[in-house]
Amino acid sequence: MKMYLSNLFTNPDMQEKYLDIFTSSFLPLVKGALYYTIPLTLITFAIGIVLAVITALMRLSNVKFFRGVARAYVSIIRGTPLLVQLFIIFFGLPSLGVTISPFYSAIIGFSLNMGAYNSEIIRAAILSIPKGQWEASESIGMTTAQALKRVILPQATRVSIPPLSNSFISLIKDTSLASTITYTEMFRKSQEIAAQNYEFLLVYSEAALIYWMICVALSFVQDRVENRMERYVAK
Amino acid sequence: MIKVNQLNKYFGDLHVLKDIDMNVNRGEVVVVIGPSGSGKTTLLRSLNILETPESGEITIGERSLDFSRPQKKKQLVEFRKQTGMVFQNHNLFPHLTAVQNVMEGPVTVQKTPKTEAKKKAADILNKVGLGDKLDVYPHQLSGGQQQRVGIARALATGVEVILFDEPTSALDPELVADVLDVMKELAEEGMTMVVVTHEMKFAEEVADRVIFMDQGTIVEEGTPDEVFHSTKEPRTQQFLQRIGQ
Ligand SMILES: Nc1ncnc2c1ncn2[C@@H]1O[C@H](COP(=O)(O)OP(=O)(O)OP(=O)(O)O)[C@@H](O)[C@H]1O
Ligand SMILES: [Mg+2]
Repeated sequence: MKMYLSNLFTNPDMQEKYLDIFTSSFLPLVKGALYYTIPLTLITFAIGIVLAVITALMRLSNVKFFRGVARAYVSIIRGTPLLVQLFIIFFGLPSLGVTISPFYSAIIGFSLNMGAYNSEIIRAAILSIPKGQWEASESIGMTTAQALKRVILPQATRVSIPPLSNSFISLIKDTSLASTITYTEMFRKSQEIAAQNYEFLLVYSEAALIYWMICVALSFVQDRVENRMERYVAK
Repeated sequence: MIKVNQLNKYFGDLHVLKDIDMNVNRGEVVVVIGPSGSGKTTLLRSLNILETPESGEITIGERSLDFSRPQKKKQLVEFRKQTGMVFQNHNLFPHLTAVQNVMEGPVTVQKTPKTEAKKKAADILNKVGLGDKLDVYPHQLSGGQQQRVGIARALATGVEVILFDEPTSALDPELVADVLDVMKELAEEGMTMVVVTHEMKFAEEVADRVIFMDQGTIVEEGTPDEVFHSTKEPRTQQFLQRIGQ
């Protein structure tokens, strides 16, 4: 530790070497983020939102069967580790003759996860809309579906943006777990680079830095979106 | 226009409406008064099928519902389209501007083309004195203005009956008159109205008939003069005394 630091601060040769490693791994890592981590995140989040809305509506429906299915789904996903789910999909299913590529395994695993967690967010948001909004919608002749689409969901969307943003940010970081099922996203890329040059601290820190930059950028976007959505709310 | 026959509503064990019979003629303004908890809101909500009574029959216009039989959701929706409702706390859609609130029914329910619906909504808002507030969100309006948008929204789908549940009781006193004026104008135009209110002056001036409810029953009904000034019902007398009439 001491040597590492003193080298870093005093030895110009070492400084140059570290800088070299840093710059030469930066591009592959950013590529890993742009081509793999971010697309995986966006695709699974989109699928996850659709699943989440469907699940939330099933849980709120008055058909017992739908409620039961949705509750079981949420319970199983939330009650088991994401890593275990990914392993079952990627390493387990082949035993049943179902072989899924690392990419699709990751999509399935993360989407199912997002669907379950986000359904709770969306359900809570829908329930937070005052009953009077349903009644006002019905009093002008809307069906339940129309009220949901025109009145309840638009308002629930605003309520759920902050928690959904958090879940999106978690997802970006969780995609690093896809490395364990051999999907070469940014973190796996950093593992590969570090395995060659043995500069684990430097390379992993670099990966961490890139995750952090993405998340900072997203928080910025989140603030903008939230501000836009606030326009109809009393300040 | 409205005919209510032996209507009963329970909340659990609580018998809230007891064998209610009631008639409202086309163009009539009926004011419902009564102590808190007597079932006024529940009666109004039943007319709009926001509550489902356990038994009895309601006829509005050409349509009848018999509540002792199970009802199809679709029928309830169709039935509800005949009446508009104005809520005590307005229940405006906060994510829509005033004019969008008023257009929403025509556009979504009646499939009126947007431009046409918008023009009509603007006319109605103009009529309730809000022609300059079309593109304003509800939270930017005063309580009285919000309530007038609520009335405009109820009118927009071309209903023949409007139900008002204490439309002014959540308002600051100085805002009450504007809302009552709009209601008075509607009454003069021949709208059929059922109004739950504590505004006795409004009732005296505008109502064709006053219904006094207590403990889930209609104790008496008559002209405002009969009910307010020459009632023989001790319960009505007691109520009027308490509210200082
Ligand atoms: N959703 C509900 N669940 C259970 N009880 C209810 C419900 N709504 C109303 N009640 C009860 O039914 C009775 C009648 O209520 P309602 O709101 O119709 O009275 P009201 O005459 O409108 O009173 P107020 O003048 O206070 O508005 C009351 O005892 C009330 O507590
Ligand atoms: Mg009431």
